[in-house]
Amino acid sequence: MSASAIVSILFDGLAYAMVLFIISVGLSITMGLMGFVNLAHGAFAMAGGYLVVTLTRSWGVPFLPSLLIAAVVVGVASIPFERLLYSRLYKATELDQVLLTIGLAFMAIASYTYFYGPSPLTVPLPSFLTGQIDIGVRTVPTYRAFTIVVGAVLIALLWYGFERTNIGAKIRAAVDNRRMAQSVGINVDRLFTLTFALGSGLAAFGGGLAIQTFGLTPSFAVLYLVFFLIIVSVGGLGSLKGTLIASILLGVFDIGGKYLYSDAGGFFIYVLTVLVLLIKPAGLYGRE
Amino acid sequence: MAVSDIQTAAPARDASTTAARIRAADFVVKRHYLRWWEALPWLLIIAAYFVFPDRLTFGTQVLIGIMFALSLDLILGYAGIVTLGHALFFGIGAYTVALLTARWNWGEPISAMLLAIVLSAAAGLVSGWFLLRYRGLTLLMLTLAAAILVQEAGNYRSDITGGYDGVPGMEIWKLFGVFENDLYGRTYYVYVGVLLFIVWYIVRRIVYSPYGAALTGIRENVRRMHAIGSPVHKRLVTAYTLAAGLAGMAGALFAQSTAYTTLGVFDFDNSAKVMVMLILGGTGRLYGAFIGAAVYLVLEDNLSKLSPTFWQFGIGLLLVLTVLFARRGLLGLLEDAIKLFRRGGNA
Repeated sequence: MSASAIVSILFDGLAYAMVLFIISVGLSITMGLMGFVNLAHGAFAMAGGYLVVTLTRSWGVPFLPSLLIAAVVVGVASIPFERLLYSRLYKATELDQVLLTIGLAFMAIASYTYFYGPSPLTVPLPSFLTGQIDIGVRTVPTYRAFTIVVGAVLIALLWYGFERTNIGAKIRAAVDNRRMAQSVGINVDRLFTLTFALGSGLAAFGGGLAIQTFGLTPSFAVLYLVFFLIIVSVGGLGSLKGTLIASILLGVFDIGGKYLYSDAGGFFIYVLTVLVLLIKPAGLYGRE
Repeated sequence: MAVSDIQTAAPARDASTTAARIRAADFVVKRHYLRWWEALPWLLIIAAYFVFPDRLTFGTQVLIGIMFALSLDLILGYAGIVTLGHALFFGIGAYTVALLTARWNWGEPISAMLLAIVLSAAAGLVSGWFLLRYRGLTLLMLTLAAAILVQEAGNYRSDITGGYDGVPGMEIWKLFGVFENDLYGRTYYVYVGVLLFIVWYIVRRIVYSPYGAALTGIRENVRRMHAIGSPVHKRLVTAYTLAAGLAGMAGALFAQSTAYTTLGVFDFDNSAKVMVMLILGGTGRLYGAFIGAAVYLVLEDNLSKLSPTFWQFGIGLLLVLTVLFARRGLLGLLEDAIKLFRRGGNA
């Protein structure tokens, strides 16, 4: 295998990993906080993707601002879902949570198919994001480089928010020990609503970012859900670092696997997942 | 004997306590007795043969759906194992039949089905042995990944499995060398119906046995079962193996009755669908599988013809409503209605 092939696997894998990370990180934190199995998370990413398409195509909003608008709108729109539906099932079994959220995902897919049709949609990119860019070693697609930069910025922001702010400290405390956090006066319910909205907003942002690489159809809501869940469980619930490492592993292995053995496809990913979970059931950085 | 013991042990208690105890003892002694209404599903299945003679191909799929849901009820409803990968065993069953006929020219249905049961049960034993140590999200993910793993492996060797286009050239021989599956699917309706009865009988025996009680105990309070010395892991693996075998049987019958199999049988959709059927009917009550599979498949057949989008929205809404308001499924609602009716009658 040539050096150029390795570079392109790493580069494409990293770009892919950033999209996966942005979408999965909210899921990981909400699951870590409340132990809620949210299979509708992909639906928020899909909703974000469609909002970006509508904004750019019908309303003529440029691509970058529409990503931000989609994140804010979907984040805010997710709050009623959390308050009215999810909050009823925090103490319920995983099965109930799985069923409720699968139901929501189905409804979302059906609604979006009704309004947007089942065929894949694309988004018009600004000219500075198309074409190739020279990064010194070789030229790479500009959009992928852009994805990596955006991902790195978001990671830095999330890391700062998580490790250096008051609210981040509260979230970490609640993930570690919810009861203890509650008894020192942290309002965990409100914290959860906040992280849920943040996570859904990030998913919507990621969904918009993913249109170019993943393609956008209504079934996006469940198609990549398995990947998000794998990242969350392999990385460990509620761990920023774990989610990042799992995203990179999955991104690079998936691209590498498809590049080197195109037929075996995703096989490697699932073998890796099963192995990691058999050895470390709580994930790489999860607490046992 | 148990009843009289209780009566003599508590002579001083007031009459209502004694009566309650007698009722409880009576319940334990008689709970496995057949009730009159347990004949209803079978009467309906027989009646359907005569009422809808031109819909028996669809009827066969309903019977197979019931069998698949029943196998899930054993582990999900009774033992409380939440799996997102039950389609794995259905798929192994279907592919055993398909590959036997396509690769080795062996289309004899009964022996192929028996082999399918053995192979899927073996897969259940091996995977269950490893996976059932885990709980919660980890178990969900491992069962899900196991099914996709096999699907991806099948896709890798699509020269053998036919990939998503299906196994080419499946030829299923006549049943017992005599009965051919006719255009209306009469043969397989009767055949699958008889097999479903056998499966139902076996599952019913299991859930009312002490072993079944142990499974329910694990579902309700696993720590307590550990504390009283029940071999929890062994019990769970046994249940998982049995359920895998039955799901494989359903898969084999599916492949035989339709003479068609693709890698789609391993889809997450298939695992989710059988779970939805069971939840809709009601878990852990044996007949939930019957009502759930029948209602789901009939609705799907009618509504998805109308509009697939509408149907998908409907099933999503149904799931949300079931979880929020009717957690015990349609059978649970029926029980509530009967209770209400009786109370109204007494007053």
